[in-house]
Amino acid sequence: MDAKVNYLLRQGDNALVLSQRLSELCGKGPALEEDMALTNVALDLLGQTRMWFTYAGELEGQGRDEDRIAYHRDAHDFKNCLLVEQPNGNYADTMVRQFFFDTWHYFLIGALAACQDTRIAEIAEKSLKEVTYHLRRSGDLVVRLGDGTDVSHRKTQAAVDDLWMYTGEFFAYDDVDQAMVAAGIAPPADQLRAQWLAHVADILAEATLTMPSPDAWMQKGGKQGRHSEHLGYLLAEMQFLQRAYPESQW
Amino acid sequence: MEAAAMLSTSRLSAAQVWSWLNEVPDPEIPVISVVDLGIVRGVQVTGDSACTVTITPTYSGCPAMQVIADAVTEALTARGVQHVQLHTQLSPAWTTDWMSESGKAKLKGYGIAPPAQQVIDISGLRHGGKGGLAAGVKRHAIAAPTVVCPHCGSSHTELTSQFGSTPCKALYKCLDCREPFDYFKCH
Repeated sequence: MDAKVNYLLRQGDNALVLSQRLSELCGKGPALEEDMALTNVALDLLGQTRMWFTYAGELEGQGRDEDRIAYHRDAHDFKNCLLVEQPNGNYADTMVRQFFFDTWHYFLIGALAACQDTRIAEIAEKSLKEVTYHLRRSGDLVVRLGDGTDVSHRKTQAAVDDLWMYTGEFFAYDDVDQAMVAAGIAPPADQLRAQWLAHVADILAEATLTMPSPDAWMQKGGKQGRHSEHLGYLLAEMQFLQRAYPESQW
Repeated sequence: MEAAAMLSTSRLSAAQVWSWLNEVPDPEIPVISVVDLGIVRGVQVTGDSACTVTITPTYSGCPAMQVIADAVTEALTARGVQHVQLHTQLSPAWTTDWMSESGKAKLKGYGIAPPAQQVIDISGLRHGGKGGLAAGVKRHAIAAPTVVCPHCGSSHTELTSQFGSTPCKALYKCLDCREPFDYFKCH
């Protein structure tokens, strides 16, 4: 598979899988405002998914549209990072996952908005304001939860500790990522990692939380299609209709 | 439909198309038109009875885009335009600056606070040229806009939630008249 197509699918898969996770909370959020916010973030991510998949399908030239890419692939063809497929857990888990993702997403999208590929730059430019808004919100909530009650502090620290091992994958560049760096599209891993660590350190400090070691052992494999057991269940629900009634139309 | 509003035998003009589109309401905020909202970015007359309309989404995941596209096509074909082509443009990305002054006034009359002048300062989360965080720039250094209550005009208001009834709105409450209201976010 062409490196650029692969890279575009990774962007789309990250947005799609996290969007699906967040929409599981529709009608079940801990407060009405949170419920609306999570589903609105899910909607933004879904819109971004469509733009990435449409471009990937066009470049690939095999007639796959956004729906076919989303609904007609199984887990091993998905290229999302392991972090986004992790279950919602308690609200601290949900928000820490969101904050780790949003921070990476914000710096990545910011770099892609100025990259050499015009279409990618346009999609990133369109997404950047949304992604910025997401990051402001999830950072606020991590501070509120971490610097809140004893219980919220404890649960948020546990979420940080549990999810930390899924954050290294953002910066573990493989051949596809390296090809994109060489093409003037992806930002260098070192730069992205330094930005991510600096912002995360800042927010965790304000939230009175302890940041785990950046050199801790990290999980990886999602980008290459090796996923945790959670993704299969997520896809089974998301793709149910197309699996049961292939090619059915809305 | 009145005969005057139909396409006459003379050639189609861009001004005519703009005026027709100015009557197409936004499906989620029907008090303003898709032109007021800044969604229509361009009109190009491509023949005696053919035109291309360029639209841009407000938000990537705006669920109203398809409805808007259908409404635009329907409004023009109903007035006798035979070939309507729609083109979606992502860049430059939509901004609330494109909302017309009359659109903002209509929003306020409808009970939705129009976007304040101040745009979310993306650079607040970013650093010099490199895109990192500037030393000492904190999350809350990004000033929140002053939002005026559309009911009583007080600027003594408070954010309740970053997201309101649609992705493009936030929820506020007025601390003077105590009414909750939607604020059309600045983007």
